[in-house]
Amino acid sequence: MSAPLVRTKNLKKYFRTPQGFLHAVDGINMQVQRGRTLGVVGESGCGKSTLGRAILRLVEPTSGEVLFDGKSIVSLGKEELRKERRRMQMIFQDPYSSINPRMTVGELIADPIGVNGILNSRRSIEARVFELMKIVGLADRLFNTYPHELDGGRRQRIGVARALALNPEFIVCDEPVSALDVSIQAQILNLLMDLQSDLSLTYMFVTHNLSVVKHISDDILVMYLGQCVEQAPTDELFANPVHPYTKALLSAIPIPDLRYRDTPTEIIKGEVTSPINPRPGCRFASRCVHAQPECVGADIPQEEISPGHFVSCILAETLLDQAVD
Amino acid sequence: MTKLLTVRDLYVQYETDGLVTRAVNGVNLYLNKGETLGLVGETGAGKTTTALSIMRLLPGNGKIVSGEIEVEGQDTLSLPEASMRLLRGEKMSMIFQDPMTSLNPILTVGDQIAEVVRLHRDFGEQRVQQRVDEILGLVGIQPQRKTEYPHQFSGGMKQRVVIAIALACEPELLIADEPTTALDVTIQAQILSMMNRLKRDMQTSMVLITHDLGVVVRMCDRVAIMYAGEIVESGLTEDLFAGSAHHPYTTGLFGSIPNLSVSTDRLNPIDGLMPDPTDLPTGCRFHPRCPQAMEVCQRLAPSDWASNTHTIKCHLFPGAEKREWSA
Repeated sequence: MSAPLVRTKNLKKYFRTPQGFLHAVDGINMQVQRGRTLGVVGESGCGKSTLGRAILRLVEPTSGEVLFDGKSIVSLGKEELRKERRRMQMIFQDPYSSINPRMTVGELIADPIGVNGILNSRRSIEARVFELMKIVGLADRLFNTYPHELDGGRRQRIGVARALALNPEFIVCDEPVSALDVSIQAQILNLLMDLQSDLSLTYMFVTHNLSVVKHISDDILVMYLGQCVEQAPTDELFANPVHPYTKALLSAIPIPDLRYRDTPTEIIKGEVTSPINPRPGCRFASRCVHAQPECVGADIPQEEISPGHFVSCILAETLLDQAVD
Repeated sequence: MTKLLTVRDLYVQYETDGLVTRAVNGVNLYLNKGETLGLVGETGAGKTTTALSIMRLLPGNGKIVSGEIEVEGQDTLSLPEASMRLLRGEKMSMIFQDPMTSLNPILTVGDQIAEVVRLHRDFGEQRVQQRVDEILGLVGIQPQRKTEYPHQFSGGMKQRVVIAIALACEPELLIADEPTTALDVTIQAQILSMMNRLKRDMQTSMVLITHDLGVVVRMCDRVAIMYAGEIVESGLTEDLFAGSAHHPYTTGLFGSIPNLSVSTDRLNPIDGLMPDPTDLPTGCRFHPRCPQAMEVCQRLAPSDWASNTHTIKCHLFPGAEKREWSA
């Protein structure tokens, strides 16, 4: 396999709070191969959005390393970072609050082109804006409309056009469809997948929706309280989930199919514990049905149980054997 | 089976700045005792408006134009507001979508549950507190936490409090408006299984509003699919998920969701957008987006095609072309 386009090494982001340090991202090692999609899943507060932001340095990482195309992003100076950022963009979650309501569609899409000084004449910028609008499926007549005149799906198309404006190679999609209705969500997912194959884009797709992540991703990383509990190619993860949290997460999704009507759900007790000054050890232990005394005390190493399938659980081997039996 | 709730030919409008929004346009539905009916549709389909009409909690600019609503054979639309207040919380309750905003931030959780009990039960203070402890236990919250305020609870715990308030007097009819949409999946699974258990124990019947077809399979006996203020298809959960005849909108809805159990390369979304409820299309409301639209669909509103438990409002099915479209 060729070198990954994006790679993190022991990436950490802690936020200072009055109660102590909030470990939002706590030692994530991940990589995304060129042209592929890495899905990052987890529940609210698990640090998945912070991870996406830390990779683009929209928040400063506390420690660790981000390599983009082999180059360290963390140590770049302001000007160099600006240049590199053109190659990596972000699509934000909420198409209602992530775009300036006082700018027209045309202005919004032209904005990144102007800021980065890619094109200078008004005519060439306008031509590029129309080209981008066509790519994302916005009709020309919408050029002079304001966001409030548009529905959520069209607004998110503006977000996509803005992200594409600088011809990036890598896009972090932070819950780009969760604010949309299902029929519109499907339109945007199809658009993102078409763009990926046409423009050979690499995606990191952050979401809490496992059906969406399965549909769009090649590889999946499951996060719990700032840490990666399991990471595997999509088919492998859904076929052989090993970590008890991954299993519970998969079993909690209601499947719209009568065959699964009476499948018992594995209900995990309790709620997510506090991410502030967590104790060393497995963070899921207090809710885990398999928890052992050894689960707490020392951090759990990540193990590769089959090629490309990483699990952080001391019981991985045992649980794997049970699955085979 | 006895019918607990019947809604007949309900029309609801909102008026803002002289603009009339036709939110609900001739909804017919019923709920048998002990049953869970799923009301499914996208934003703006009229699900919440239907629910608020049943509770008679429409905002000031909303008006029930025509139609009938009966709860246990009693016509609730003609009741004076004072009698309606006696029914709400006692016979019928509603759980709102967002647990973060449906609780009063300056009252303790215990007080908010006690309020319902005091209003509807002739209990002394000691028995009120007993009931509060009991219902908190049922929804899985330690009774000691009743002196805490909503901000001290997580989202899932707040929704448990909201459910406790709704169920404090063991109502016959519970309307749950997207009760788990704001919650994470593992918490959703906890809440749904708890609701199923309580519903069974208290013999409550439920209208569950959702846009998640997976939740429908797990919870509902019957389903009604709404589009632009109408029920376009309804039937047993089996009719909707296993039957072969469907409204084109239902087909589109199913094609839009990525399915965990089946792998597809591409989703088949519905083209276009929901119609503007101030300017609904003539004929079948879905015809501008329908891949199978015919000439008749632009002119005439279809009536219901019915086969046993399954009804579909579409011209593709015989006998559906009768009703003339009128404004």
